[in-house]
Amino acid sequence: MKFAFLIICFSILAISCSVDPEVIPEVKIEGIKEIIPEGWPTPFYNFSNNPLTNEGFALGKSLFYEPMLSSTNAVSCGSCHQQFASFAQAGHDVSHGINGLLGKRNSPALQNLNWNTSFMHDGGILNLELQPLGPISNPIEQNETIGNVVTKLNSSTKYKALCKAAYGDETINSQRVLKSLAQFLGTLYSYNSKYDAVKKGTESFTTSEQNGYSLFTTKCANCHQEPLFTNYNFVNNGIGLTIANDSGRAHITHLSTDLYKFKTPSLRNIEKSAPYMHDGRFSTLDQCMNHYGSLIASTPTLDPSLIGGLGLTAQNKLDLIAFLKTLTDPKFLTDKRYSE
Amino acid sequence: MKKLLFIFITGLALISCKKTEIKKSEDLYTIETPIDSSGNLDIHITNMVNSTPLSLGTTTYTTANNDTFQVSTLKYYISNIELKTIDGTVYKQKESYYLADQSITSSLEFIVPKVPKANYSSISFLIGVDSVRNFSGAQVGALDPIHGMAWSWSTGYIMANLEGTSPQSTDPLKKISYHIGGFSGLYTGVKKVTLLFPTNAIVTKTHTPTLNLKADIALWFSGYYLFDMAVNPTIFDVGKESSRMASNYQNMFQVTSVIN
Repeated sequence: MKFAFLIICFSILAISCSVDPEVIPEVKIEGIKEIIPEGWPTPFYNFSNNPLTNEGFALGKSLFYEPMLSSTNAVSCGSCHQQFASFAQAGHDVSHGINGLLGKRNSPALQNLNWNTSFMHDGGILNLELQPLGPISNPIEQNETIGNVVTKLNSSTKYKALCKAAYGDETINSQRVLKSLAQFLGTLYSYNSKYDAVKKGTESFTTSEQNGYSLFTTKCANCHQEPLFTNYNFVNNGIGLTIANDSGRAHITHLSTDLYKFKTPSLRNIEKSAPYMHDGRFSTLDQCMNHYGSLIASTPTLDPSLIGGLGLTAQNKLDLIAFLKTLTDPKFLTDKRYSE
Repeated sequence: MKKLLFIFITGLALISCKKTEIKKSEDLYTIETPIDSSGNLDIHITNMVNSTPLSLGTTTYTTANNDTFQVSTLKYYISNIELKTIDGTVYKQKESYYLADQSITSSLEFIVPKVPKANYSSISFLIGVDSVRNFSGAQVGALDPIHGMAWSWSTGYIMANLEGTSPQSTDPLKKISYHIGGFSGLYTGVKKVTLLFPTNAIVTKTHTPTLNLKADIALWFSGYYLFDMAVNPTIFDVGKESSRMASNYQNMFQVTSVIN
């Protein structure tokens, strides 16, 4: 009798310590810290008001891949931002959101976001922490309110546990959601491409890559400034109007001088982040080269440096593409800490 | 004995699962310990339309343009409260952000804490949220985006929001919606208001005066600029119309009384 009683008591002990298996993260998240690669500028966003922790990153990563961020519980951030595509959406000219609805812009690649001075193709969003509010509430993306997201997450055992690990208690609020997402998004660092190795002197370019790099520095680097391969400015790059007649930057500034201007994207991992341009109209780098070479459309706000095109020969185009492929960072594209 | 053993083991079960709780800082801004001589000021807001207290729903009101309308939602921010004493000293409240929401009575009656002991003769505040806090990252409290007052496609707060219906509206569903934003530049929706008190508000550690304010919603549609609901049934964007409406609502407040 006494023995049976003891068994019951120890069973209570065992049950009380059992852990819900879904709570255990699949990949051990460790070593999350702020990185500023040598020679890079000071990041625009730093973590001074959002102390980076492995647990904060883990919560943010879970949220990034969480379909509950949408009204149908079917569309996560990761649905349109795939790691192998440098967190762009492979094979989709414009993003597909809730119920398969189509947006009018291409999912941008996500990498080195701390250096971004603004977000979205039109630069409408000014802080990394506020960026997720855009897609979450867009009626054709995730079509959800941040209030509902917080309510849903607060009824999830998994998120309560992740929240407790990150913040010391289980209460999920919008600030914790947005700050932990910023911890994940802000540590998507890509700085280990062949180009970076060449800069460090541990690898060298082929002749074609070197020729491409020389061309790049004279013809492209004004906007696609090293080492981030963008200057974050808004430019009309001569792709002309679209069916969507997207006004671009002017949608935010209401200035006619900003019509059809879009933010210059980084070219890091460009090989993997097709399709290209704000509306995803080009599916190959060849098409991009042909565009910049000679197919520039003249609209009133066209960037003066592009008038008449860059005059690229067939060999120039091959060399430029060879160089652009040195910006691919396999380590970033396969880093398990970023994976779903 | 058996009972004791049960208590012991159950206790062990509880202890064994108790993890050390590390309370991490959540808010960026902390509240300081009150100064001994400081007290509070209560602010009560009554939203009106012309001379009638506003009620959400079916009551019909009229603008200066003779447009008739009903109100379903009324929310606006009050921030950066400053109180001026009779000798000209200004007390600026830290972390001064309030969202007045007609559907939540308690949001229309709030306390300004830690007001230094003095006799106050005027108040200043912003209708809206100061520019800095519009892009400072994820916020809590009145500025939490769950209140539906943060733009999402573009960074910034909706400073003031009025929604309802009007037979004059050219919207297919006869809706009227005015989401007034813009935190900087020519078309800002943030407006500073300064109001003199009819009698001084006497704040001490033990005495909390009440400041009664009224806000006349009819003044969103006239004063600086006369709005026609047939022409402007909605404003969802920052521009000339939104800044005109903000210039109108800048004048909506009056102090009705100070109760000492």
